[in-house]
This record gives sequence, C-alpha cells and structure tokens, in this order.
Amino acid sequence: MATESAGSLGREELIEAYRVMRTIRAFEERVHTEFASGELPGAVHLYAGQEAVAAGVCGALVEGDYIASTHRGHGHAIAKGCDIGAMMRELYGKAGGSCNGKGGSMHIADFERGMLGANGVAAGGAPLACGSALSAKVLGKSHVSVAFVGDGAANQGSFSESLNLATVWQLPVVFVVEDNFYAQATGTRYHLRGLDVARRAEAFGMPAVTVDGTDYFAVRDAAATAVERARSGGGPSLVECKAGRFFGHMEGFDQQGYRGAGEVDRLRAEQDCLVKFVTAAGLSTSETADVDVTVDAAVEVAVAEAKAAPSPELTELLTDVYVSY
Amino acid sequence: MTQPQRVLSYLEALNEALAQEMAADPSVVVFGEDNIGGTGCDGTLGHAWGPTRGLHNQFPDKVFDAPITEAAFVGAAVGAAATGLRPVADLLFVDFAGVCFDQILNQAAKLRYMVGGKAKVPMVLRAMWGTGMRRGAQHSQALYSMFTHIPGLKVVAPSNPVDAKGLMASAIQDDDPVIFFEHKLLYFGSRGVVPEERYTIPLGEAKVVREGGDVTIVAIGRMVNEALAAAEQLAADGVEAEVIDPRTLSPFDFDAVYTSVEKTSRLVVVDESNPRCSIATDIAGNVAENRFSALSSAVRTVTSPHAPVPFSPALEDAFPPNAGKIVDAVRSTLAASLSKAS
Ligand SMILES: Cc1ncc(C[n+]2csc(CCOP(=O)(O)OP(=O)(O)O)c2C)c(N)n1
Ligand SMILES: [Mg+2]
Repeated sequence: MATESAGSLGREELIEAYRVMRTIRAFEERVHTEFASGELPGAVHLYAGQEAVAAGVCGALVEGDYIASTHRGHGHAIAKGCDIGAMMRELYGKAGGSCNGKGGSMHIADFERGMLGANGVAAGGAPLACGSALSAKVLGKSHVSVAFVGDGAANQGSFSESLNLATVWQLPVVFVVEDNFYAQATGTRYHLRGLDVARRAEAFGMPAVTVDGTDYFAVRDAAATAVERARSGGGPSLVECKAGRFFGHMEGFDQQGYRGAGEVDRLRAEQDCLVKFVTAAGLSTSETADVDVTVDAAVEVAVAEAKAAPSPELTELLTDVYVSY
Repeated sequence: MTQPQRVLSYLEALNEALAQEMAADPSVVVFGEDNIGGTGCDGTLGHAWGPTRGLHNQFPDKVFDAPITEAAFVGAAVGAAATGLRPVADLLFVDFAGVCFDQILNQAAKLRYMVGGKAKVPMVLRAMWGTGMRRGAQHSQALYSMFTHIPGLKVVAPSNPVDAKGLMASAIQDDDPVIFFEHKLLYFGSRGVVPEERYTIPLGEAKVVREGGDVTIVAIGRMVNEALAAAEQLAADGVEAEVIDPRTLSPFDFDAVYTSVEKTSRLVVVDESNPRCSIATDIAGNVAENRFSALSSAVRTVTSPHAPVPFSPALEDAFPPNAGKIVDAVRSTLAASLSKAS
C-alpha cells in the first residue's frame, strides 16, 4: 500500500503517531483487565486492533477540526487529544470525568478538543458531523468534520441520509467507516452482503476509497486526501478502513463463539497495527521503549486517580438538563 | 407424587412463550439484530443473548437476524402483520425507538384506523427498558408513557416471569400492535415458578399482588418489587398497603385501581419514568377525576426526576424510585389525610 506519508512524516511525527496508538492500546488493555476484575461499571466497547484508524485519521486533522464518534469511541477520543485521566474518571463515573461522570464510556466528549462525543445510537454521530460541517461552512471557517461509523451502523437510514445531505450541501465532512467485520455477533458477509460500504458513497456521487485499517500510513494518506478535499471546498468523501477488533463486542458480555477458531490469535499475531507501524516507520527499540514507559505510567496514574476520585454530588442529577429553566 | 416446581427466569419465561407461540401458530416470525446471533460469521450460530436465544434451532425458517435497520424491519413488521404474519420484532433497547418512530407512531398505530378497519396489525415490538445497568442516557429510559399516549398501540410491562410468559402469549395472539416492555434488571433478577403449559394472561387485567386497607400503591414493572419491599417496611409499623401491578398500561385496568382506592382512600403511584406527562400522572388524573370523593388525601407520585438517566453509579442509584422513597410517600399521604378516612 502507498506509504507516501511514511516518507513525508518527520521523526517526531512518527513517534507521536506511535505514542497515540500505543496509548490507545495500553488504555484498552488496562480497561479490559479492570472490567474483568469487576471494578469498572457500564457498557464498555474496546478499540484495540483498530488504533491505526483513529490515529491515522486524527493525524490528518488540525486543531479546530471536529470528530463525531461511536460507542467504540476511546480510540477516537485519545487520538483527538482528550486527556486519558479525565476519560478514565468518566469510565468509572467519577467527578472530574470528561462529562463529570454523567456520560460514561459511550458518551465521552470534549468539545474543546473538537470531540463531539461517543454515541450510544448506531450512526448517531453521522448527522451531527454534517451539522458541525455546516457550522464551519456557514461561519466561513476552514474546519473539517469527521464522522466515524461502524460497518453495522452504516446500515442505518441516518447514515445514508447523511451521505446524501453532505453531497447535496457540499459539506466539509469525511465519513470514516470502520469495518471490523462484525456488528455485535452478525458478520458483514451477511449484513452488508460482503460488499464495501464505499460503493454506497459512490452511488451518491461521493469519492470513496477502501484501505487496510491496520496500515497507519494507508489510513493517513487516504484521510489526508479526503480532509484536504473537504477543507478546500471539494465537499464530502468516504474512507472505509478494514481492521478487526481484538476483544469481544462489549466487555463482560461476549464469548465470541461466532468468530472462527484462532481468529483473534491470528489477528493479534499478523494484523497488529502497532507492530506493522514500528516496522514500516523504522522506529528503534529505544525510541519505542521511551514511549512505552511514559504511556504505561500515564495509564497507571489515570486508573489510580479514577479509583480514588469521588463520585459526583447527588445535586448533579438535576444539573445540565437545560441551560436555564 | 407432585412434580418439583419449575423455576424460570423472566428471560427464560419469555423464551418459552415465544417458542410455544411459534409452535402453535406458523404465522409467528421473530426477528431483530442478533436474534439468532452469528449469521455471516465463521464460528457457531446461537449468540443471541436475550429471550430469542436458541429459537432458530427449533424454527430455522422463522427466526431472522436483521442488519441495524430498525426503521426498515419495524416497518416490515407492520407490513407483514397486515398481510398474514404475526411478527415479533426486537428493538433491543426501547431507546432505539428513536430511529424508527415513524413506523410505530404513524404506521403501526394508525394503519387500521386510517383504512377504516380494513386491516389489522397483529405484531409485537419487544423492547428492553429501565435503569440499573449503568448504560447511561441512551440505553436506560422508561418510555412506556409515550407509547401509552398513542391510540392504536397496546403497551405491556410485566413485573415477573409468570406474567411475562402469559402476557407475551396474549400479545402475540392479539390482533393489534403491542409494545412489550422487558425490564433489563428483571431478565435474570426475577425468577419464579412458571407453568410449563401454554397459557395467556389477558391484556388490561391488573393484579392485586398484596392486599391491604390503608393505602393503595400502584407500581409498574421492576417497581412492583420495590413497592412490596416498602409494604413490608410499612407493615412493621402497622400500615397495610395494597399493591397493584397493572401489568398492561394500554389498555389500563382503571377499575382495579378505583376499587382499591374506594377501600383505602389513599393512592401512591410508583413509576420509573420521568414525571411529566407520564403513566403516573395519568393514573393520578383519572383517580382525581373519577374517584375524587373516595380520596382522603392528595395522590402522591414517586417517579424518576425530570432528567436523563445518568451514567455514574452513584447518580444512577439515586435516580429511580425505591422502597425508601415509596415509604416516605406513603407516610406523607397518611399524614396529610383528612379526618374522614380515620
Ligand atoms: C440504532 C441502534 N440499534 C442498535 C444498537 C445496538 N448496538 C450497539 S453496537 C451494535 C453493533 C454496531 O456494529 P458496528 O457499527 O459495526 O460497530 P462495532 O461495534 O463493530 O464497532 C449494535 C447493534 C444501537 N446502539 N443503536
Ligand atoms: Mg463493526
């Protein structure tokens, strides 16, 4: 696959990309064990395996750009620069969480970072990204909006309607479809008839490409092209990224018997985006080790602080329902 | 010799109702996301986690997995119901009614009326509801009041396995569209002795689950257990509460409530949904309008607050009604009673 950006990215950018992906991986692996120990509440959907998509896409964005995420949103949030301490507190439902504990994993948001929110409703973010793109267009700003959507969520009417609206209004939006081959326990071979979602974009007259979602550089190049098109007034695009998830659909819920024997082991052994990246980027062992140590320590601190943090005050039940009432 | 009594969970009772109705009537079909579980994958089938689990083994041609297309498959249930099938469609969380509301509000509910009675829509829409699982604002709502508001829909919310089975059978056999509310904490948390044979419980028939002469408590779904716990606490102080489980919200057995209020003169309604324009205010309003003279005290409602459901366990635990809040409401209605009741 094209590695245009492998050549054009400087050492610091490569290390930063590694740091982002490695942070997502460490965060998710840790959340997995925390959940298994019974300490962590809620519906938690892990992103491990798909890191190159969030990192590659957000790597092509600049400050002020927006993303609308999904129920599997930790990776998007981290790649967009959200604080993992606040995220971890949010996962534990604690005061000082990204949403002061009111949202949880499925609703992490940080508007200052352009992270418009994870979403509990399949494809719920696609129309929202059209909206933030409309804001930029009407307000004369150069901001681009990205909607992340799963393969399963791509079957929602709101997703098709968003593709249509974005082309008709020529919105500066990029739809990033993350095909991880499953919607819960239903395979894409069935629910998409094995066809690429990119073909649907073409039906709306929208440029679309399909890339290997475990290849950071492939994702980043495709995203950069789509983002540049949007920023320069060329309208919406779709980037479809294929990358399997390392964990079940949702923590504590999924025995994964629907997956083929050895599938996850093979994914981890052969399709690990981090391993591929280190090789392709030519990062040295000392370069990665420096990042690893810092990242692991930061995740450790995030968990310890989240556990120690107080719960929100009960008066919070009735705040934020309205601005004024 | 008597058979050992068979205990089922709420989830298993629903599964049995679906299986028995499918076996009895070949027009019953079941579909929704992961209702089989595993379609289009390399592993095994049978990964539905809810009440449809395993049905495909017995009825391979009658159970379907659906893509995430609620607007299409709920609408398809309406069309299929009007043309010879009895579909049982699965919304998973009732919150997802948001993406297919037109099919419920404007198609299912209105078709029969609009065509002058020339069609019927014998479908069931199953939906999980309620707080308590740390699922946050978009996966925890108690939206039955909204559906009860709509003429043409029937609304069922069982509180235990025996009712769940009998009401599901009635819902499937009913010729009108029924929204069937399954509380997510009851699936495994509510267990009981359930008859093995096929049976029905009529829609629109409330059940007095505890008798008492001092106050009537009407409670819905999971709140029935909270009301019973409250009644036990009150009994320790010599207050006898009568607890009524309406079981179906549309149609609603107002007579059962009126009869009880005539006896007790006091009413507390316990409803997990938000307080405004709710089933609680509906029951309170009807009693005020039709049995005002029987009341010795103002009707109290115990509901969740006018806010979305919070994620944080500390906040979520404080959100819905519970036995303590019910006891407080009963005490306040007793304290405020006019002398005529004593
Ligand atoms: C409208 C709607 N229907 C159903 C669900 C329940 N649900 C949550 S995640 C999910 C599967 C989503 O699959 P996909 O979009 O491929 O994302 P992935 O989980 O694979 O990241 C489903 C069906 C939902 N959240 N919203
Ligand atoms: Mg998927």
